[in-house]
Amino acid sequence: MPLAFLTPWQIVAQTAAQFLPVWIAMVVIIGTSALFGYRLGTYGRIFDSGIGILGFALVLFWLLTAILAPDIALFDPYTQLRALQNKPPGAIDAVTGLPYLFGGDALGRDVFSRVVYGSRTVMAIAPLATLFAYMVGITLGLPAGYFGGWLDTLLSFLANLVLAFPVILLFYLLVTPEIRETAIPGTMAAVLFFFPVLFVTLVFWSRFRERPEVLWYYLGPTLAIGGFAYLGLTGLWDPSGWLTMAPNTLNIFLAVVFITAPTVFRIVRGLTLDIKTRDYVAAAQTRGERPWYIMLWEILPNARGPLIVDFCLRIGYTTILLGTLGFFGLGVSPESPDWGSTINEGRKLLRIYIHPALPPALALMSLVLGLNLLADALREQTMRD
Amino acid sequence: MLVFLAKRIGVMFLTALCLTLIVFSLVNLKPNLVKLAKEQTGSRITEQQVEVWLDQNGFNRPFLVRYGEWLGGAVRRDFGHSSRFNAQVAEVLWPRLWLTAKLMFWVMVVMVPGALLIGVLAGMREGSAQDRILSAVAIATTSTPEYVSGVVLTVIFASQMVGLQWFSGSATSAADSGITLTNFALPVLTIAIYGMGYIARMTRASMAEVMTQQYIRTARLKGVGFRMIVLRHALRNALIAPFTVIMLQFPWLLTGVVIVETLFNYRGFGWLLIVAAANNDINLLLACSIVAVVIVLVTQLISDIGYVYLNPRIRVTA
Repeated sequence: MPLAFLTPWQIVAQTAAQFLPVWIAMVVIIGTSALFGYRLGTYGRIFDSGIGILGFALVLFWLLTAILAPDIALFDPYTQLRALQNKPPGAIDAVTGLPYLFGGDALGRDVFSRVVYGSRTVMAIAPLATLFAYMVGITLGLPAGYFGGWLDTLLSFLANLVLAFPVILLFYLLVTPEIRETAIPGTMAAVLFFFPVLFVTLVFWSRFRERPEVLWYYLGPTLAIGGFAYLGLTGLWDPSGWLTMAPNTLNIFLAVVFITAPTVFRIVRGLTLDIKTRDYVAAAQTRGERPWYIMLWEILPNARGPLIVDFCLRIGYTTILLGTLGFFGLGVSPESPDWGSTINEGRKLLRIYIHPALPPALALMSLVLGLNLLADALREQTMRD
Repeated sequence: MLVFLAKRIGVMFLTALCLTLIVFSLVNLKPNLVKLAKEQTGSRITEQQVEVWLDQNGFNRPFLVRYGEWLGGAVRRDFGHSSRFNAQVAEVLWPRLWLTAKLMFWVMVVMVPGALLIGVLAGMREGSAQDRILSAVAIATTSTPEYVSGVVLTVIFASQMVGLQWFSGSATSAADSGITLTNFALPVLTIAIYGMGYIARMTRASMAEVMTQQYIRTARLKGVGFRMIVLRHALRNALIAPFTVIMLQFPWLLTGVVIVETLFNYRGFGWLLIVAAANNDINLLLACSIVAVVIVLVTQLISDIGYVYLNPRIRVTA
């Protein structure tokens, strides 16, 4: 039986229609945000420039797509339909009557649904890994810049050590099936996941050190949630099973945090060196404030401008790193619909069938572009202040 | 200056030593060795046989002894035997590295002038329409990693579906029968595009800063034409910062090279690295990583020295 196909216009129309929930949510969010504008502070002023709106819209699009993926995708991303192998965009599945909007890949899976579901992997790992890297980088960068001396020399040396490592080599050494048999991922998890708990604890402790009643009000929940998450993520004790990551996901996550943290460290250290010469830091020192209070409550808030901009950029880099991993077949799993893996699958037949590799490539590019544009708009805003 | 240099080189050697130690220990993890034993002797051997094989080949000796032995060899440029190619590592490594050097050379030829041009044109009139357009282009290129631009370029210029087929989607022939525009255009462009935007943005920032300086205003007031101001007064000072950035791009280019050599099947250093890692070829992987690390460290050193040398206002006190 010959396959039925949608016309190009029908493909465009139906693709747009599939994203309807995303469009509605985007209009609501951007509309209300633009309406309140300046009352929302830095966030509201993104909407002042065309570049900022475009960047924000691209990022929001993929964020909403990741959240609403089951409502957007037409097929399950893993289902293989033999009849639709390598079929061009618009081929209609005879059984369900639904179309493969972007065609089928070499195993007969729906390219469109895979791109939609692939956004979930990226959106879950990239921002979270960047956030963790930030907590590690801040917790180490602040004292290195503030105290200087041997601590700074040692930490800077270690950071440069990691930075001198070619990224690709590190991935090949750290994200392999063999390494899972060793104690390395467990140790790395135990060390790297300790920093977020330490960071939040220090934030509250340095502020409310002399007011135990308030301190425990904050510190209690922090230690409870943080401790639970720490034990779960490092795989030491996880009664609920929510937090245990698949071994390869954990490896990828750790490798990305490990590579990103030294860069953050260098930025935070540089900012600290600059800010610690300001008068308000001298004033705090004269008042007799403790070093960690000055670092976390005087220096850090004043470094937030460049850090927010860099955070945005850094999520973009992380996205690219995740794609690189997938491209080399080191992704979450060979079956996984994440964009890097899909590009890797699609490129093998690229000169004959272009449709399996192109959509994930463009998806990844548009997300990173959105993040970069957003960072650019934020930079302009913070420079204006 | 000499003390500064000596210190820098000292730190560099220490870094290199630490990195080789880390790579050596990661490559020689027990599961990797077991896998190697199974590959070399046939996969269905018992654990005891694995141990015997490891003993026979000296893999069970103390870690530091083996590291010292390897390091002693590496210093004399003897990297041992490659299990995958069944040849001395040096014989395999240097020709591949030369192929990648050629690729890098053409990438630099395309990327650096392109990036500097975009950066200077954007930065000389900050805030103009020209600046906005060129800056947007620069941001777009930094958002396009090699595996994306490689795919897009192949689709446009080398696929049967679009049908242009101006260039070849494979660079294998470039390694064997010489470089031509057809087989080298896509790999070079793919790497150049991703690096270009970053250098362009640095150049733009540097140029924009220089253009606000007093001496530029003085030149304007005394009636020098805009073209002459840019060429004679601004350019030289604006190009100091991008020099550092260009040198520091090398580590990044290395990842790009690995991606592109895989994508276009160009059998250079990056391809070798992947083959070594995928086939668990311990000696080859170690040699590749030390080459990569040395490239990164040497470029860092050159960028530091060059920065001081180019900018007479910076005086290094050790």
